[in-house]
Amino acid sequence: MASARTLVEKTIVPIRSDRDIVTAREQGRGVALLLGFSPTEVTLIATAISELARNIVLYAGTGEMVLGLVEESKKRGMVIVARDEGPGIADVRRAVVDGYSTSGGLGLGLPGVRRLMDEFDISSELGKGTTVTIRKWKR
Amino acid sequence: MADTRMSSTPVISPPARDESTTVLLRELVAHLRQSRTQLREEWARRITEAKLLTAMTPEEIFAEATAVYDNYLEALETGSIEALETYARNLSERIIPRGVETHEVVGIVLLLRDVLARSLFAKYQQDFHQLNRILDAYEPAANRIANTVAVGFVQERERVIRQQQEAIRELSTPVLPVRERLLVLPVIGIIDPQRARQLTEQLLRGIRINRAKVVVMDITGVPAMDATVANHLVQTVEASRLLGATVIVTGLSPEIAQTLVNIGVDLGKMNTVGDLQGGIEEAERLLGYKVIPITVEAPVATS
Amino acid sequence: MAVPILKQRDYLIANIQAALTDDDLRKLRDALVAQVGEFRSRGVIVDVTALDVMDSFAVRTLRDLAHMSRLRGAETVIVGIQPEVAFAMTQLGLTLEGVATALDLEEGLAYLDRKTKRKTTVR
Repeated sequence: MASARTLVEKTIVPIRSDRDIVTAREQGRGVALLLGFSPTEVTLIATAISELARNIVLYAGTGEMVLGLVEESKKRGMVIVARDEGPGIADVRRAVVDGYSTSGGLGLGLPGVRRLMDEFDISSELGKGTTVTIRKWKR
Repeated sequence: MADTRMSSTPVISPPARDESTTVLLRELVAHLRQSRTQLREEWARRITEAKLLTAMTPEEIFAEATAVYDNYLEALETGSIEALETYARNLSERIIPRGVETHEVVGIVLLLRDVLARSLFAKYQQDFHQLNRILDAYEPAANRIANTVAVGFVQERERVIRQQQEAIRELSTPVLPVRERLLVLPVIGIIDPQRARQLTEQLLRGIRINRAKVVVMDITGVPAMDATVANHLVQTVEASRLLGATVIVTGLSPEIAQTLVNIGVDLGKMNTVGDLQGGIEEAERLLGYKVIPITVEAPVATS
Repeated sequence: MAVPILKQRDYLIANIQAALTDDDLRKLRDALVAQVGEFRSRGVIVDVTALDVMDSFAVRTLRDLAHMSRLRGAETVIVGIQPEVAFAMTQLGLTLEGVATALDLEEGLAYLDRKTKRKTTVR
């Protein structure tokens, strides 16, 4: 995307254990509240963070979440980047389709996360890791 | 993957100015400041003449003109439009409720631009070379200011309109408590995804506040529904159940029934009754009410 | 953070008071399933009023708890799901299917009373 998108402020939460999942979503809730999202939107954002943070713990062991305020022309919103250097996902396209799962019914929950947010990008390379970027714009 | 640049540069950066431009602008600002009283009056007079800002009194126009004038000069001098932006937003907030139109705001800023340009012509008419250079410095800055004020106004108006739309939408889907623990939600008109979402949020809040156990959602007034909205409807029913309330949907048109069947809704999850009356009767049954008609023979209380 | 479990009549009531880690949730599930047998409980109430997020793990764990308790003879009801949380859950596609839900503790108790009404034929 060529448009000017600026990440104005950011917080980085390292993800190493299931305790950090709680930290990440609480921090994310704080950022979303500051941005003036409605209670429902704040909950959607916190839930999405929880899902992505758990994927890191579950599939990569460790990683980090970047929580930030993003601006694009006159739009403001929140961006969340979940990064890990885990095993990566073999078939990214299938991972974001409902019903796909690699771990016997658990699933990555990515289609759900996608529904919670406005934008969803994923890049993954086998053996290198996965980065998921999600955004929600203020309406 | 889309870019996510991790930098912290400000979003709006003023266009670079070279030294000579800065000097020229400073010179012309000094001149405009000197002629402040006279130019400001001239501007206010022309605003009245052009029948702009008719919703405001002459005193108000003069007060705003003074503030805009000073902010305008500051923006010219410093090249920073932040203060002006803030002022323009405040001004818009104040004048929009009074019915000031976009063309009036654009009109007054263009008038000021004109008043100031004429004053520059008058001052530098002897020296065409200098006048040219002054105008070269003035024009882009003035255009940028005019743009800022106009855009600020339009954005503020859009914000107000959005707010009103929200309010109208909220009014358009009343959540009505009709009996203890029973809510009726008549839905009328087209449902788009945004309205579906708002409707769900309102209903969920209503369930909690009224401690509702049963909700009758009547969609007789909904002409059509695509698969996306039908899915929202199913989600509304599911979310209500999570709060402990049962939703009875009534008034499904044949078309909507077809949509629901086509998208493969689990009908076991949907509690549907033909019409609103039947829905309320079913709700009363679920809540344990028994409606007994009062007959003429029934004893009547005397006062 | 351990969740206090209250025993009232033949019901167990777990009152979650703050955000829980996955591990806390697993412990809560195991403790409840164990106590159902220990106290011969007929019903379990989990009050989630304080939870501001219920993600897929929380929902799955609560559903498992309900199913495991049922196998051991107790009915489970989840009470106090917040409106925003319910909305987010359905967006994620998590609907706690097959698990009873109620508005609050009071409603949860009423539900269990109806559900577990024993055919008390005194002699």
